[in-house]
Amino acid sequence: MRENWNDGGSLITVELPNVLCSYTDQNPSLVLDEPCKTLRDALVALGRKSPGALDRIMDEQGDVRRHVNLFVNGENVRFLDGLNTTVPNGATIFVLAAVSGG
Amino acid sequence: MAKTTVRKTSKPTRKTSKPAGRGSSKAQEALLLVGTMKGAFVLRSDKARKKWKIEGPHFRGEAVYALLHDTRGDRPRTFAATNSMHWGPTLRTSNDNGATWSEPGPQTVRFPAESGRALAQIWQIASGRATEPDVFYCGVEPAALFESRDGGESWQPNKGLLNHEHQPKWQPGGGGLCLHTIVLDPENPRRMLIAMSTGGVYRSDDGGKSWRARNAGVRAQFMPEEHRYPEFGQCVHKVVHHPSRPGRLFLQNHWGLYRSDDWGDNWRDIANGVPSDFGFAMQMHPHDPDTVYIVPIEADVFRATPEAKLRVYRTQNAGASWQPLTKGLPQSGAYENVLRDALTADSFDSAGIYFGTRSGKLYGSRDEGVSWTEIAAALPPIVCVKTGTTGAA
Repeated sequence: MRENWNDGGSLITVELPNVLCSYTDQNPSLVLDEPCKTLRDALVALGRKSPGALDRIMDEQGDVRRHVNLFVNGENVRFLDGLNTTVPNGATIFVLAAVSGG
Repeated sequence: MAKTTVRKTSKPTRKTSKPAGRGSSKAQEALLLVGTMKGAFVLRSDKARKKWKIEGPHFRGEAVYALLHDTRGDRPRTFAATNSMHWGPTLRTSNDNGATWSEPGPQTVRFPAESGRALAQIWQIASGRATEPDVFYCGVEPAALFESRDGGESWQPNKGLLNHEHQPKWQPGGGGLCLHTIVLDPENPRRMLIAMSTGGVYRSDDGGKSWRARNAGVRAQFMPEEHRYPEFGQCVHKVVHHPSRPGRLFLQNHWGLYRSDDWGDNWRDIANGVPSDFGFAMQMHPHDPDTVYIVPIEADVFRATPEAKLRVYRTQNAGASWQPLTKGLPQSGAYENVLRDALTADSFDSAGIYFGTRSGKLYGSRDEGVSWTEIAAALPPIVCVKTGTTGAA
């Protein structure tokens, strides 16, 4: 039975783009099994499951890469509270490439 | 213009079969590694180097600014520094001469947290000395030097440069604040030299513990006239030397072509007979310490080959004079640029010289630059060209 860490709610799911699945044994969806109040907490937890995936999302100073967008339940965190955005129980975090390229 | 036959394959990364890899007893093969803004291509030929088979792109969509094929020790190893606009830089390796590549794992070249810096790009991967087959170096942006002593598995920053007193004053050039050149003294294991844009040349004589700026005589054209020869801050684009005469260095500057005969203590102008002393690329002849190749560019504000002619210039007397090499290269309508790591040489007896342009053309010469053929015409913008050999000689 899965233990619920988030104040009695559901676990947090991180949805990754295909390009990052090489870091997660081709699994596009990871469930975090530790308590996470903020997006920053969730990314730290993601890094414990897949340090390679976290390195592609954030640089070694802990800053989200410029052309990566993070969404919590469909809301871009750039317009919320960034890495301090609250991650509610049962939330889904989407990691997506921004609209950029050359 | 004579065209070299190219058979283009579209095999995806990691699915190429029958690599001429580790322990291969195949005949000697020439290898061309081409880094572009949208991936890397691996070209193979026999010793004649008339026909090339092209594989790739590996790392589709990622810029590849640095490549290295290393054959020291008991195995070949190939490195590629890839950089995704979205997902950042990473270092990839191949143990089968570029046929298949490692999946990227956690980032191995990384700044310590206390530095406050984050890796933007790897600009150079260099082999250590012949006697240290597990030693490699990386030059990166923001300007720093990393060293591996375990065959590239783990990397440590050089603290002497990381904490250098000049570091806060180094400024990014057009490509970023990059450490792009690493020159080792094959005779003195405690001496090495690096160059960065902008910052200039620095040399260590104590195994990398401390570094001194070595820019006397190198001008900084972009500074006010009375400050054009500072101790550091020059925008040096490339430095080369020949291992048989390591203390004599050649330097292509952001305006200026120089030579030093004393490991960089002093530099003197050798822009004798070139249409412009601006340029990026510079390559040493593999066998002749007096012969150097460059591709002059018109100006910093017009980065294209002068007079719309694509010309490689060669000196065979250590810079006393330079001659254009044009046979097989377009001599009209050619507004090309060749970047700092996009000109290279192989190690065959009759040296092959190769270069790639920002417009995606790849040229090669099998006769030391006397005549050229177009190897590929429409690759993505080329930023890096390196060579190697595989199999038995």
